[in-house]
Amino acid sequence: MPTLEIRDLHVSVETKEGAKPILRGVDLTINSGETHAIMGPNGSGKSTLASALAGHPKYTVTSGTVTLDGEDLLAMTVDERARAGLFLAMQYPVEVPGVSVANFLRTAKTAIDGEAPALRTWGKEVKGAMENLRIDSTFAERSVNEGFSGGEKKRHEILQMELFKPHFAILDETDSGLDVDALRVVSEGVNRAKSNTDVGVLLITHYTRILRYIKPDFVHVFVDGKIAEEGGPELAEQLEENGYDKYVGTGATMA
Amino acid sequence: MAITTDHSRAVADGAHSHGVVPAGSRAERKTSFDLADIPVPTGREEEWRFSPVARLQPLFGEEHGAGGVLTTVVEAPEAKVEIVGKDDPRLGTTGKPGDRTAVTAWNAAAEATVVTLPAEAVATDVTSVRVEGATKDLTAQHLLVHAEHHAEGVVVIDHRGDATLNQTVEIVVDEGAHLTVVSVQDWADGAVHASSHRARIGRDAKLKHVVVTFGGDVVRLTPDATFTGEGGEVEMVGLYFADADQHQEHRLFVDHAVPRCKSRVTYKGALQGAGAHVVWVGDVLIQAEAEGTDTYELNRNLVLTDGARADSVPNLEIETGEIEGAGHASATGRFDDEQLFYLMARGIPEVDARRLVVRGFFAELIDEIGVPSVEERLLASIEAELEKSMSAITGVAE
Repeated sequence: MPTLEIRDLHVSVETKEGAKPILRGVDLTINSGETHAIMGPNGSGKSTLASALAGHPKYTVTSGTVTLDGEDLLAMTVDERARAGLFLAMQYPVEVPGVSVANFLRTAKTAIDGEAPALRTWGKEVKGAMENLRIDSTFAERSVNEGFSGGEKKRHEILQMELFKPHFAILDETDSGLDVDALRVVSEGVNRAKSNTDVGVLLITHYTRILRYIKPDFVHVFVDGKIAEEGGPELAEQLEENGYDKYVGTGATMA
Repeated sequence: MAITTDHSRAVADGAHSHGVVPAGSRAERKTSFDLADIPVPTGREEEWRFSPVARLQPLFGEEHGAGGVLTTVVEAPEAKVEIVGKDDPRLGTTGKPGDRTAVTAWNAAAEATVVTLPAEAVATDVTSVRVEGATKDLTAQHLLVHAEHHAEGVVVIDHRGDATLNQTVEIVVDEGAHLTVVSVQDWADGAVHASSHRARIGRDAKLKHVVVTFGGDVVRLTPDATFTGEGGEVEMVGLYFADADQHQEHRLFVDHAVPRCKSRVTYKGALQGAGAHVVWVGDVLIQAEAEGTDTYELNRNLVLTDGARADSVPNLEIETGEIEGAGHASATGRFDDEQLFYLMARGIPEVDARRLVVRGFFAELIDEIGVPSVEERLLASIEAELEKSMSAITGVAE
């Protein structure tokens, strides 16, 4: 059973004033099929964890290990991590002018699978997945993320999660900026991917509302660069009532 | 009152700055057929300040030969091709030379190749003018493309091989005619090419002017467009890709001298390698009588590696307030690492991700050309250019 294992992870970000430590010893194990919610106040390092796992060049791992199925994830380039089965649904998806969604999806699918998808089935699969996420078919010919609304960008991220079939998906504040309808559509997409592929999910969020649609098996409270408390879904309910106040000292604040 | 903006030295990732005072109005620039009126430049002049004048020096002299290039015209069935003497009255009607290489080219050429699309003829095929470098001997060449009233057609001027060429291309678009002129600079590495394109656009006429520059040591093209009748329209599209030590310069001038004409300028370039230098200068003059003018110009540069330099200077002079619209945009950006990260995070290797981004950068412009044979060739040339930088990247990575 594939496992994503994070051990004592320390990560710094490059700033003008030099390296600034963000993650201070993260330990987390995710097995396939499991959904882990990471919740925490702004500035606690949740998104840094997501970006560092995907290999964003802005972040430097100063110590610790991450293995995917026993393989050293940190030794891999960004594209190798994706091909090894890691997917990051980004908080701020990037515009790529002049590259159509259809071309992008086919290119990425080909890279991840190591071979081009079968023409006959691929077109149908993309069309079906787009319909499920209520993405208009004209999006296939539009440039990647260019001129997309916030909700359209997030649906496009989940479209990729469904089509690329990763072993592990990190959803970095996929719920932020979504209205209730869009939140439901996006959550349905994640749940479809979970039931179709047994993907392990790391759901990073500031709010509890997405957890009404995507049920977590485990909830981790992230404060000041590490996990401060862990529990089951009931922990999310406590956070819903009490907020992050009991965890927040001088180092982090609620937005 | 004249409103003037200058955008000197657009820098990477920065928006261009307004407020630098340019060196005089474009309307006051000296133009003449007479060599004595336009002296050899020092490199400090406004129109030469970005140019490698030392590499262009031979073209400033009065003596030019004529045998350095072989010119082959394959014309559409409807088109007419002639070789005429320089005394032919159809020559020199598109305006006077505006800089030293333009005036030496005008004076040095003894004859001209004239391509005519006769009145009301609609060309059923592209007319191709192939200019092939035969020797490095300094050569002057004069071409005239003339679309008579209500004619329609496409003329592609295709430069290849190695040459030292000083060229005049006159373009006359008579009343109601629709003409597309494409100039492809696909030279070998050592070629030096200066070319003054001077276009005259008549009443209700439309010119699409396309420039594609890939090769050469120095290429300096100065397309001028002047409206002579109301309702005229010009669309100027340019695409260039400079490698290490190449200098590619495109200086445009659109002269709105009559009312209710429209101009659109879109130039995009990529550059890579130490010493690669691209220059784009877009001068637009809206004269006092040119009410109802509609103009927009845009230049974008994509810097792929360190050590390459792009200068981008849009310059708009407006002498009347009664216009439809006037605007410009200029931006020079480095390759966007966030785009690269996004694509690579989807499993796409760096080499392929870069290729996607660069192709995407040019894609919209390529679609605008509207001549399939040129579009295909262009895509192939972009691929070839990318191969060079990609092998450099994979070399570093491995």
